[in-house]
Amino acid sequence: MAMVEIRDVRKVYEGGFEALKGVSLDIEEGEILALLGPNGAGKTTLISAICGITLPTDGTIVVGGNDVIDNYREARNLIGLVPQEINLEPFEKVINTVRFSRGLFGKPRNDAFIEQVLRKLSLWEKRDAKVMELSGGMKRRVLIAKALSHEPRVLFLDEPTAGVDVELRRDMWETVEELKRDGVTIILTTHYIEEAEAIADRIGVINSGEILLVEGKEALMAQMGQKELRVELTDPLDAIPDSLSQFDLTLDDDGRTLVYTFDAKADRTGIGRLMAALPDAGLKVCDVNTVQSSLEDIFVGLVHGQGEDAA
Amino acid sequence: MNWQAVASIYRFEMARFFRTLAQSFISPVISTALYFVVFGAAIGSRIDQVEGVSYGAFIVPGLIMLSVMTQALSNASFGIYFPKFIGTIFELLSAPVNFLEIVLGYVGAAATKAMFIGVVILVTSALFVDIHIAHPVAMILFMLLTCISFSLFGFIIGIWARNFEQLQLIPLLVVTPLVFLGGAFYSISMLPPVWQVITKFNPVVYLISGFRWSFFGVADVPIATSLLAIGGFTALCLGAIWWIFKTGWRIRQ
Repeated sequence: MAMVEIRDVRKVYEGGFEALKGVSLDIEEGEILALLGPNGAGKTTLISAICGITLPTDGTIVVGGNDVIDNYREARNLIGLVPQEINLEPFEKVINTVRFSRGLFGKPRNDAFIEQVLRKLSLWEKRDAKVMELSGGMKRRVLIAKALSHEPRVLFLDEPTAGVDVELRRDMWETVEELKRDGVTIILTTHYIEEAEAIADRIGVINSGEILLVEGKEALMAQMGQKELRVELTDPLDAIPDSLSQFDLTLDDDGRTLVYTFDAKADRTGIGRLMAALPDAGLKVCDVNTVQSSLEDIFVGLVHGQGEDAA
Repeated sequence: MNWQAVASIYRFEMARFFRTLAQSFISPVISTALYFVVFGAAIGSRIDQVEGVSYGAFIVPGLIMLSVMTQALSNASFGIYFPKFIGTIFELLSAPVNFLEIVLGYVGAAATKAMFIGVVILVTSALFVDIHIAHPVAMILFMLLTCISFSLFGFIIGIWARNFEQLQLIPLLVVTPLVFLGGAFYSISMLPPVWQVITKFNPVVYLISGFRWSFFGVADVPIATSLLAIGGFTALCLGAIWWIFKTGWRIRQ
């Protein structure tokens, strides 16, 4: 059974705007799922519907076997949420706001556990500081500490690294990896493709309130990704020799590199024939490597394609 | 029941109160002293007695009620509006709590603060005039019920308000006039007959009258009517809040 089961969830806002158009999605226990989509795609609305912040217009959501409306206590006990906006009580001390969250979720006070969470997020030294005195990155970590304070089994991170510097982003990713090792199911939304690429097990692409696809990261990239074979030449070329015109080639690096784009899943990649043809064309090869096209290319392709379908 | 959550909300709200304890304490003391200077000494010296009570003592229950009502309203409305304003409400909505637990936490804290202010004013008043409380238990009960019902009302205002102006609107334009016209500083019997009838439509009259009865044993309206009014008001507010959470009005949209 999936940890989170989303079935035909629709959300129509008061003004008639349909933020979710029948979303169905299963999220397995212990996985990291990245929901990728442009601004306004419905990522936050979907998370809000799961966490109880907004009521879905239609459809059902089940978390750990508990319907989020009928058995909201059991469902919400399992869920930790790190929102996109930095929403914190500015005048309260760090440790008190984290303790408050734990209490709100009905867990008895446990200072040892709170200390552990704060230490893990490098916040222990700042425990007695007022929230307003912290930097933006630290405030975001306070939000994570609050979400973890009640020992959730499912953690939602809504744009966790938006506006966060590179170092903190790496720290955040490490924290996520650690939580995964503890068996926590993690759903993160992002529009940074590199983030999804770096930490996710599976990737869902959402746009205009619809899930376009959900796929294992490797499978997605293997299935849809084009690969590039980059051949570095000893002597630079001005133009691609006519004898190689049958291959899909471009020149890069001032003529020092031949770039061959191919489909890695195809029966015949054409690499063998190309490599055989190079000496015949009088080219000397000094290095060869292949590059997988990034998720970004896949993502742009998908979202763009949807736009064309609609047009 | 998630009692941990109730206690957490209550503690968190009370912490806000204690952070500004000096303000919370000093401002009612000063305003009470001012009322005594104006109404007690300046004007009160020209008024003999009202219903057999010296004017200075007569206004004490009204003064307490005035502060308790406005404090309960502003504390409770701000208490729930502030999380909405700064966005921390998301945590409340995503927590395993029901409306009763949220209300107990917020309204409990707001009512406690108002009760505290009420006691401070009572003690301050005792410095200016002789105060004799005829029915202490009834006095505490009336004060408590007023604190609770107006905190409930404030909670509704806090959820309804979309900005700070709206937050101030009802306390300023509705409640303060009703309290001033509700016999806080005079007896209803001092009014011309027509106004005596009109005044009966002011719900605050029943609260102040009942509260004053607990001090002096005299009331403008029967004590049972007062109790019924305050009970009804509390029930009305509770019903409204139950509906708000059931439908998600202005919070889960």
